[in-house]
Amino acid sequence: MRRRRLLLRGLPALLCTAGAVYGFASAPAPAQPGAGGARAAGSAQAGRRLFLQGCASCHGDDARGIPSKAPSLHGAGAAAADFYLSTGRMPLENPQDQPRKSDPVYDRAQIDDLVAYVGSLGAGPPIPEVRPARGVLSEGLRAFTDSCAGCHQVVGRGGIATSVRVPDLLSASPKTIGEAVRVGPYVMPSFGEKQIDAPTLDSIARYLRYVRHPQDRGGWGIGHIGPIPEGMVTWLLALAALVLAIRFIGERTTE
Amino acid sequence: MSGLRRALTAIGRFAAFVLLFLIGRRRRGRPGRVSDEPPPVPGPHEREVPSGRRAETLVAAMLVVCGLCGGAFVALYFAYDDTQLLGLSLGLAFAALAAALVVAGKAVIPQETYTEEREDFGDEEVREEIESLVHEGGEGLSRRGMLLAAGGVAATGLGAAVVWPVASLGPSVGDRIRKTPWRAGRYLVDAEDRRILVDDLDVGSFMLAFPEGADKELLGSSINIVRLRPQELDLPRERAGWAVEGVVAYSRICTHAGCAVSLFRYPTYERTSSAPALVCPCHYSTFDPRRACKVVFGPAGRPLPQLPLRMDAARHLLAAGGYSGPPGPAYPRVRLQ
Amino acid sequence: MTRRLVRFLDERVGVAPLLRKGLRYVFPDHWSFMVGEIALYAFMILVATGIYLTLFYVPSHEQVVYHGGYGPLQGMEMTKAYQSVLDISFNIPAGLLIRQVHHWAADVFVAAIVLHALRIFFTGAFRKPREINYWIGITMLALALPEGFLGYSLADDLLSGMGLAIAYGVFLSIPVIGGFATFLGFGGELPGAPEFFSRMLVLHVLIIPVAIGALLTVHLMTIMRQHHTQFAGPGRTERNVVGTPMWPGYLLRSLGLLFAVAAVLFLLGGLVQVNPIWEWGPYHVYSGTNGAQPDWYLGWLIGGLRLMFPFEPHIAGYTLVPNPFWGGALFPLVVFGFLYLWPFIERRWITRDHGRHELLDRPRDNPTRTAVGAAVLAWVSIIFVVGSFDRLYLRLDVPYEGQVWFWRFAVIVVPVAIFFITRAVCRELKAGGTHPLRGWSGGVVARTASGGYAVQGEPAAKGDEREVAAHAPDGGNDAGDRA
Repeated sequence: MRRRRLLLRGLPALLCTAGAVYGFASAPAPAQPGAGGARAAGSAQAGRRLFLQGCASCHGDDARGIPSKAPSLHGAGAAAADFYLSTGRMPLENPQDQPRKSDPVYDRAQIDDLVAYVGSLGAGPPIPEVRPARGVLSEGLRAFTDSCAGCHQVVGRGGIATSVRVPDLLSASPKTIGEAVRVGPYVMPSFGEKQIDAPTLDSIARYLRYVRHPQDRGGWGIGHIGPIPEGMVTWLLALAALVLAIRFIGERTTE
Repeated sequence: MSGLRRALTAIGRFAAFVLLFLIGRRRRGRPGRVSDEPPPVPGPHEREVPSGRRAETLVAAMLVVCGLCGGAFVALYFAYDDTQLLGLSLGLAFAALAAALVVAGKAVIPQETYTEEREDFGDEEVREEIESLVHEGGEGLSRRGMLLAAGGVAATGLGAAVVWPVASLGPSVGDRIRKTPWRAGRYLVDAEDRRILVDDLDVGSFMLAFPEGADKELLGSSINIVRLRPQELDLPRERAGWAVEGVVAYSRICTHAGCAVSLFRYPTYERTSSAPALVCPCHYSTFDPRRACKVVFGPAGRPLPQLPLRMDAARHLLAAGGYSGPPGPAYPRVRLQ
Repeated sequence: MTRRLVRFLDERVGVAPLLRKGLRYVFPDHWSFMVGEIALYAFMILVATGIYLTLFYVPSHEQVVYHGGYGPLQGMEMTKAYQSVLDISFNIPAGLLIRQVHHWAADVFVAAIVLHALRIFFTGAFRKPREINYWIGITMLALALPEGFLGYSLADDLLSGMGLAIAYGVFLSIPVIGGFATFLGFGGELPGAPEFFSRMLVLHVLIIPVAIGALLTVHLMTIMRQHHTQFAGPGRTERNVVGTPMWPGYLLRSLGLLFAVAAVLFLLGGLVQVNPIWEWGPYHVYSGTNGAQPDWYLGWLIGGLRLMFPFEPHIAGYTLVPNPFWGGALFPLVVFGFLYLWPFIERRWITRDHGRHELLDRPRDNPTRTAVGAAVLAWVSIIFVVGSFDRLYLRLDVPYEGQVWFWRFAVIVVPVAIFFITRAVCRELKAGGTHPLRGWSGGVVARTASGGYAVQGEPAAKGDEREVAAHAPDGGNDAGDRA
């Protein structure tokens, strides 16, 4: 049953020659970073060594920041460090660039060491514990629409906030989602415990797990971003097919 | 699974066969296209009766396929309501029927080229006759002008009477657009109707809020509250007291076209990213919440109206007055502030 | 059987002469003449599927709590309108198929009209005696746009609600009558009076479709009266029409096209998801989502709204013309005004040609018309594409503000450049005489001063040229050589 559904989903893709539509409409599906639960705490000392090698050129040897390059990390907190490092957003080659999701530069143990070091610099939001299984799907959709959809798009496909790109949330682990909500990385606002409480956060994480493969009862989802890919299908698939049809049906010109 | 795959392969082969058949026919049917001879001028009526037993068989086969697919649709409707299978069966039924008709039209029935002479429109005599008929209808009228004027009066009066009920469709605009539920002393509540403490908001957070006890769906109800650092606020002097410890409130409805301003940008480190902004996701009007929501980008023509805030002894947020201007999209003659 | 049926009808309504004429009615053969038929058949499918949907839709603002078949919306407050569309999609067997076919048919309907209109424009098919039918066609396009907008607005999901909010803003911005007209339509402020959804429904399922249907009938009857235009070719003159007669050849082909349109729409409706309203969630005045877009045929308006400068003239603290007017109202008015007025403009200032035309121009035959058309098309297309620049930014990383600022100026410069380039290319082609892709043989038939028709400067076909070249070394007169 499930396999058959998958096959049916794939069918239009096979029938369709306009691969470009799909390429435009659907977000790439990067590898899923391992959902890290509670782990043995890293060593702040080892973390400091890594910091001096890889981060200090922008954040300064004492992690108090260098003007016009990078902010101070005192008070940034463990959640921020874990978010930036485990999603590969840091280290950043050019400090003026927008940090992007990519493969993490450090392995898990190194990240834990760096997180311990940044956590030791001063209190900040701790790494939240997010359990999507406890969440309520409809509660997640409601909270996501009120607080997040304006930037991240209602099905989590990302968007723009005028001058910055807003990432899609298809590969974000529950922990990453929780950290982002509490920390407010880059230009994202932060949401404290009193604004989005732990059960709501669980629900949001549950909703975001759902939107990876939403219930596409109608067939091929063409990216879940609404009318732009629909218009492309209209012109490049439907109208193109019909123009080919009339070229065949009506072709009897005297040449 | 494998059955379906086999079925799909069969359909694919069949489609390929049909395609090849049709293409082959076309090539053979039109040798003139590549020949060096100039095409013959068609006569007034050319008729070519094809002898297409193969085409007839094909048409019959297509019609049977059409019927089978139609039957499959009905069977699926009862057995297994799946949009994809339903669409596939009905779509293929239509496709088979279309193919049958087109093949029949091109290879079974006589192929004719017909020349028809065009009709010339218009006969000057008839036109003149109509003109005189119309004029004769008014023969004997002595006071044409008076009658025309009276007719105009009738048309105006009756026309107005006929059109006027349209006015019942809507209330008059009046001051409605400027009306909001916000009054001095009205508490702010969140989406679940809980009052909001100043300390619920961290610096750099934003929140959707409503007036306590009012209809949330009114254009003048919903607001965004954002918390900035008090020292980065740059409000006009007369609004100096409108923020509470860096918390400011603006109408959630965009002054451009009425969408919900549901984006808030607050940089962790402004020097390497962008300034704080409230943004409308419809046309990306961008407002600066530090400077009373002045428009910094996009098509909006006026700032988002600000709501003055204060807090009670328990540090709950409440309105200290009404908006600084009319909320919602502009309309002609709207007052700016 | 046939005889008895014909006799039955003829003795009662006297249709035999009409039928005879109809069966022999000649359709000139060119594939591009069938684009309009695609629109016609899409409209028929729209009516059929639309009737089905109307039987289940509830036009009500009343708030209910959802307990239907879609998990993520369980227990949510929503309007009855939205709930009924969810039920069509999840609870009514084949309901979603019909709904998706209806939506795809609307998208294809407008696309086919646009393509048809482009064909008419660039071949000069709107010239005398066909101006009236051209205006009727443009009017149907002008009606199809709000018809489609109303259709997806009825669903009352987040996306459609944002669309209505923008429509509210645009109507409100119209000078003088804005506030009054908006309140008449919406029955008050956004999100509208309780009866607002019924009003939209009546417009969508009755008033506009009947208007389109009536215009369509007049459109087709006028074509029957005037016959199709045709491209110039051997044996084709201004005085005749050459092609396949209605019975049996064209009828079978045209019916084949009807079912081909149905096949494409039903395959899309079953296999490609369109407007999954359940994924957008219910609309509230205070909700929004990033990347909201209208259906493609209104994309040029969101482009106009997004591209416009924050220009809002005001006097003494009072707004004169709110900003949405420029991109949302004035822009489409200018485009449609251009389309309506073009036949006058062309006759008055460009061709000064008041004659009747049954043979079509090729685009190069009238370089100025083609260049103006290409420039306007480029202008509208650029603004259309600007409407989706936010997604382009997300995919290709071209900064949004930069793009908008660039196109705010380029949207004027590029069409002007396209005007001159197109005109030069057309003149070149016209002087060259042959089709850029294939040799064209035949003569241009023109009306002579005495009122007759004559073939002018018949260009040599490619084949002929080759023949001449091959025989040239023989010394010219090959007949003599062979003798």
